[in-house]
Amino acid sequence: MSVLVFLENWDGKFKKLSFELVSYASKVAEMLGDHTVALSIGKVDASELEKLSTFGAEKVISIENETIKAFDEQTYSSIIAEVAHKSGAKVLILSNNNSGKALAPRLSVRLKAGVASGVSKLPASANPFVVYKKVYSGKAFANVEIKTDIKILTLAQNSFELTESPKAFVLEKMDIQPDSNLMKTQVKEVQKQSGKILITDADIVVSGGRGMKSPDNWGPLVELADLLGAATACSRPVSDEGWRSHDEHTGQTGKIIAPNLYFAIGISGATQHLAGISSSKIIVAINTDKDAPIFEAAQYGIVGDALKVLPKLVEAVKEMKSK
Amino acid sequence: MKILVCVSNVPDTTTKVKFVDEFKKLDVNGIQWIINPWDELALTRALELKDDASNGVQTVTVAHVGLVSSDPTIRKALAIGADDAIRVNIEAGDAYTIAAQLAEAVRNENFDVILCGIESSDHNGSTVGGMLAEFLGYPSVTGVSSVKIEGGLAVITREIDGGKEILSVLSPFVAVVQKGIAKEPRIAAMRGIMTARTKLIKVIEPQVIESLTEVISFEMPMTRAACKYVGADDAGQLIALLQNEAKVF
Repeated sequence: MSVLVFLENWDGKFKKLSFELVSYASKVAEMLGDHTVALSIGKVDASELEKLSTFGAEKVISIENETIKAFDEQTYSSIIAEVAHKSGAKVLILSNNNSGKALAPRLSVRLKAGVASGVSKLPASANPFVVYKKVYSGKAFANVEIKTDIKILTLAQNSFELTESPKAFVLEKMDIQPDSNLMKTQVKEVQKQSGKILITDADIVVSGGRGMKSPDNWGPLVELADLLGAATACSRPVSDEGWRSHDEHTGQTGKIIAPNLYFAIGISGATQHLAGISSSKIIVAINTDKDAPIFEAAQYGIVGDALKVLPKLVEAVKEMKSK
Repeated sequence: MKILVCVSNVPDTTTKVKFVDEFKKLDVNGIQWIINPWDELALTRALELKDDASNGVQTVTVAHVGLVSSDPTIRKALAIGADDAIRVNIEAGDAYTIAAQLAEAVRNENFDVILCGIESSDHNGSTVGGMLAEFLGYPSVTGVSSVKIEGGLAVITREIDGGKEILSVLSPFVAVVQKGIAKEPRIAAMRGIMTARTKLIKVIEPQVIESLTEVISFEMPMTRAACKYVGADDAGQLIALLQNEAKVF
């Protein structure tokens, strides 16, 4: 029996989210008395695969078939289902990013396995198998029982701490030939965002709203983000106005994030915005309106004009860094 | 070409959710029901594709799993511009049963393109679209921010971690769509509201399908500690609190 965790890679590398997944899988396996098996599809160096054992993977299965370069959802789910059978997977764990959202439902039908998406904690109990997940876009949580023999969980990013639990590195190279009849998609072009910290990966996010007043006022906000090694984000009106790129929109219909620290600068905190950021560990709000709903979600607040407060924050961070 | 858009009936986004029956059920008292925001964008894009005659879209159909109480939401989709609707007459269960019911209802209808919103704003599951594709044996593309038809072939933009991919996909297929798929949801015009009354909602009796998951209970989020304020000139104090108290640096 095993807990199988699927890992995608980015140009042959894993990232923090991969290690969160393995840490989580290894804790679930501990609860159930099962083994943790990590599955990687695509070309990844052995040294990179070895890192997975640091976070508790007892076996790493690597499939590096040349014919499965592109992420075709049918092909990937058929391969993962086959590995799940071979490794006697009782629980299958994926990320709650777009790849996980693509694969988990297809695997659910293939394996007749119930899915709980966006879990952020270990299961409350193993028998019955009950997990805790966000519902109503963060306005409530649900305890969901998965009633099937095989369970599928997708883990919310930045919700589970990395925990090292070193195991011997056992690598199994597996060769699975995908059914070429399944490949009905063809990737024609890949556009990568380079040189920027991804909002969903970032530990700190500095986000601006309408209170920034004009697209020309973003300088100090970007400077603050750079000083903190943070990603920049924005509220929906800002991206709708074209002040900032749509990629930066955080909120219910934009990116849903859970950084350690979120600066909401000139953001009033509409329900739809809070739905995207309420899982942040610490929220700092800066707004002229003392009654703005963002202050109900925030742990720290400054009632004041974003444009006047920002340069002072930049100075304060510079001073902190100089010490 | 026939397009299907799957729609979910959800509480209005600004609803303050409450529960009854010892936190086992949503309190539906006073709730305004709406088309799930992502499904509404999917419908908008489907109608945009139909508007351009060169795409050769004949019909846009909406499908829904729910009881007759969902009809106002379905009528709204028809008023916005869908040609007709299919409703599977059963209270929505878990995502697996919804997708299975939808698959049975549309399997023989020969839709070329099926659009599903990436999540519903109630259970935030992000699973119905992918499950439907698997039940039907169709390819799926998830996280789609653009769907175009070029020479009869669908060209799709998929958002991935750190970028996007442009890909082509053979019909029939399921696209699970997200932000960007349409700019603003289309609003029903008076003429649409009038004609919606005469459009067909085909009611299909459900199959017997067991759910795989069950909500045992709901909980309200933990209330956060009250906000701690610092003065507008005390940025240094804020940074010190973040460093020493919140320990985020």
